[in-house]
Amino acid sequence: MTLQTTLPALIVLSSLLPGLVIFLLREEAHRLRTVLNLAGAVLKLALVGVMMWGVFQGAAYESRWTLAPGLDLVLHADALSVLFVTLSTVLWLVTTLYAIGYLEHSPHRSRFFGFFSLCVSATVGLALAGNLFTFLVFYEVLTLATYPLVAHRGTPEATRGARIYLAYTLAGGTALLVGTVWLRAVAGPLEFVEGGLLDALPPGLHPELRLIFVLLIAGLGVKAALVPLHGWLPQAMVAPAPVSALLHAVAVVKAGAFGIVRVVYDVYGVEFAHQLGLLAPLGALAALTIVYGSVRALTQDSLKKRLAWSTVSQVSYIALGAAILGPLATIGGVVHLVHQGLMKITLFFAAGNYAETLGIHHVSEMNGVGRRMPGTTLAFTVGALGMIGIPPVAGFVSKWYLGLGAVEAGAAAWVLPVLAASSLLNAAYFLPILHRAWFRPAPAAWPEEHIPARRLETVGLLLWPPVVTALLALGAGLLAATPFSPLDWARLITAREYAP
Amino acid sequence: MSNLLAGIVALPLAAALPALVWPVAGRPLALAATGLTLAATLLLLGEVAAAGTVTLVPGGWTAGLGIVLRADGLSAALLAMTAAVALAATLYAGRYFAGHPAGRHFWPLWLLLLTALNALFLAADLFNLYVTLELLGLAAVALATLAGTRAALEAALRYLLVGLLGSMAYLAGVALLYAAYGRLDLAGVAAAIGPDPAAAAALALMFAGLLLKTAAFPLHFWLPPAHGSAPAPVSAALSALVVKAAFYLLLRLWLDLFAPVAGAGVATLLGALGAAAVLWGSWQALRAPRLKLLAAYSTVAQVGYLLLFFPLLAVLPPGPAREAAFGGLVLLALSHGFAKAGFFLAAGVVQRHAGHDRIAELDGTVQRLPVTSFTLALAGVALIGLPPSGTFLAKWQLLSGAIGAGLWWPVAVVAIGTLLAGAYVFRLLGHLFGNAVQPAGRRLAGAGEELPPLLLALAAAVALGLFAAPLWELLAPLPAPGPRP
Repeated sequence: MTLQTTLPALIVLSSLLPGLVIFLLREEAHRLRTVLNLAGAVLKLALVGVMMWGVFQGAAYESRWTLAPGLDLVLHADALSVLFVTLSTVLWLVTTLYAIGYLEHSPHRSRFFGFFSLCVSATVGLALAGNLFTFLVFYEVLTLATYPLVAHRGTPEATRGARIYLAYTLAGGTALLVGTVWLRAVAGPLEFVEGGLLDALPPGLHPELRLIFVLLIAGLGVKAALVPLHGWLPQAMVAPAPVSALLHAVAVVKAGAFGIVRVVYDVYGVEFAHQLGLLAPLGALAALTIVYGSVRALTQDSLKKRLAWSTVSQVSYIALGAAILGPLATIGGVVHLVHQGLMKITLFFAAGNYAETLGIHHVSEMNGVGRRMPGTTLAFTVGALGMIGIPPVAGFVSKWYLGLGAVEAGAAAWVLPVLAASSLLNAAYFLPILHRAWFRPAPAAWPEEHIPARRLETVGLLLWPPVVTALLALGAGLLAATPFSPLDWARLITAREYAP
Repeated sequence: MSNLLAGIVALPLAAALPALVWPVAGRPLALAATGLTLAATLLLLGEVAAAGTVTLVPGGWTAGLGIVLRADGLSAALLAMTAAVALAATLYAGRYFAGHPAGRHFWPLWLLLLTALNALFLAADLFNLYVTLELLGLAAVALATLAGTRAALEAALRYLLVGLLGSMAYLAGVALLYAAYGRLDLAGVAAAIGPDPAAAAALALMFAGLLLKTAAFPLHFWLPPAHGSAPAPVSAALSALVVKAAFYLLLRLWLDLFAPVAGAGVATLLGALGAAAVLWGSWQALRAPRLKLLAAYSTVAQVGYLLLFFPLLAVLPPGPAREAAFGGLVLLALSHGFAKAGFFLAAGVVQRHAGHDRIAELDGTVQRLPVTSFTLALAGVALIGLPPSGTFLAKWQLLSGAIGAGLWWPVAVVAIGTLLAGAYVFRLLGHLFGNAVQPAGRRLAGAGEELPPLLLALAAAVALGLFAAPLWELLAPLPAPGPRP
């Protein structure tokens, strides 16, 4: 029972146990619930800090629990899992604060925060998963934990969105299950290994391995919202804003993208996947998704829907990075895992603030909102500029490395036009919003002003989270070259993936 | 310590007789008997894990004549599951039948049912197996009539006729075997049996009877009305335990007795019936208008999953892969037992509080019965087979075994069945967790009513998924299952 064998399990339990207690609390137990939530989030952050330092020093952490002979639940820490765990832990803390402010007066808060904690526990579990089986277990638990959050409001619209979400994710989960069982039957326990573990298999198995790859990517592509498996994401927009923020930046969509990265690098191995001819179709799919999502975002008037289509597009940068052979593209894709999270969570927090404070749900209602809510709108602006890829916000760094990687891999002919088109489209759907918010005159009255402006433009717990995440997105770009920045970790990961 | 075996049979029987004479004491007697039985089965588990098979020959009769009780890993696991479900259902039934005239008749029949179940899992010869099977069927029918409605009586009558037909077919098979080999003990007949016409005819008769009793597709027609209209604790026992007992017998005979007779064809036929049951049962559950009917059709589907294991076990060579699959089969039976019992008991709570169990009219149930709604969700997760449930682990073994054996059709059936199960469970949850405002009323049912099903559902959905690894060790000393060379 040393820290080396318990730390990964403790990190999962630090949100799971408070979550289970929260289920049992009465609605009115506001203070106790808040204390439990924050205690869990802060404790997790501390534990992740310890683990990050240990991994940097070269320590190995692994918790292992046998479910059946030869079938182990493994949680372990490598550079890639630390990156994702840190992202989700930091953003969970911020989102919890935001959710406390957001749901102050709505019903079923114990249920909400209970599932919220389960959702984060599942995400952290799949980030730390040490083999594909463990990843699958937490991937499915994540589906179960997010369904009640999407359906939370209980309106017919919410129920419908949740049902569609479930239909997609259960089908995806089944594909992933079959793919995983099959691969395990072919290749053994499937522990994640930097550089991949399948290239030693005899060539006679290659057709089978290709088919399994298709199944795995189909299962993961549902959550990662790869076209044509993206249909649930715009429907899931009916969820409350903190849930959307979590879904788009940390948990669900990211789980799918992270899974693709794991399968390409640590199961198949990027070079072996390239050798099997699997990377080109994946890249084509990612490129299609990037362009299609942006085009659809152009025409959405609902702010959250526009952001949702933008997620469809932006998350596929991660898959694109994985689909281009070469360390620079890998750095771009992996670092975007963090950068997209920081920027997208900022945008959703801001969208939630507009809706909660002024009743603004549509882009067409945003005229002059910048003067009424300058803090929120500044944060939104940072996020939007980052999405377009304007330096020095973090999104620029991702796109830069993706572009360099494409040149390095000789794929510049098709990747660079995709990146350029996507940036132009991003500008086309974000800049008009910024223009309205900052330069158009405000209307005489807001649609539904719930929270009057006092010293602050809105409640503090709503205002500070987007400001903090916007600063993080800015910092990740400005300080990209310093040690321990996301880019630095992405380099570390890449160095280990491509080690001979 | 082999007296444990006698105790496991004698405890519920000893409580049944005073409960019959003195109905007021039925409930405390049943609690004492089920509690002690659970303790005894747990001790037995430990003993079987340490020593392998445990045998008791009461009165010193030699094998072939007297009653022999025998427990191996398979029977010990099923006995423990039965005892745990029985204790939970007993706790629950105290509340359920409080002040209800049917309660008088419930306790003695209930204890008789448990006696029959325990004796069946421990019996080691074909005739005693027949006796316990018949006793089990009669007790189950009597319990199914307790709801007293016309629909329940009609269903129970059909249940009775089907049960008798099944037992008769089984008994005819036993008679054929006795005529051919002159013995009745399983081990003795197994040593003598060969691929001759008498054995083949006995196999056909006995399997047909047991398939009827275990409600295998297309012989399942009697199950949904009988399980759907019985009182909740009875439905729980019928679906979780009684069906499982007939299945256990089928498995036992296939493994220990008919191995030289049953070729791959029999296993494939059983598997094909299982596949049809998974698809048909799940589809009917999706269309079921009532909660308990949904649960009953889901049982038809889950029995189908159990049958799907047969073709794998017939094809896989002895070794770790087959042991893994066999453990998966037992784990599935256990998980389904806990999940379905929890589901039916929770459905009973919903029915008592809403006055009906029409799914379309249950919107917003979560506001009044949050614990019970949560129980149904947990049991539902186990029925679909999502992690971390024991069913998930079992399905993993099923898929793994099928792929290892090169059989692709069970893989397709499991995938489709999982999606259908997801659809019928979440259709229900969509209603339960919907937003319709329920008329004000008592928010919580009593803990005595809501906790037993919750614990059962937790056992299926979490405990059996995370802590089932010792099961494979428990089953490992079994003689290599499947056809002998």
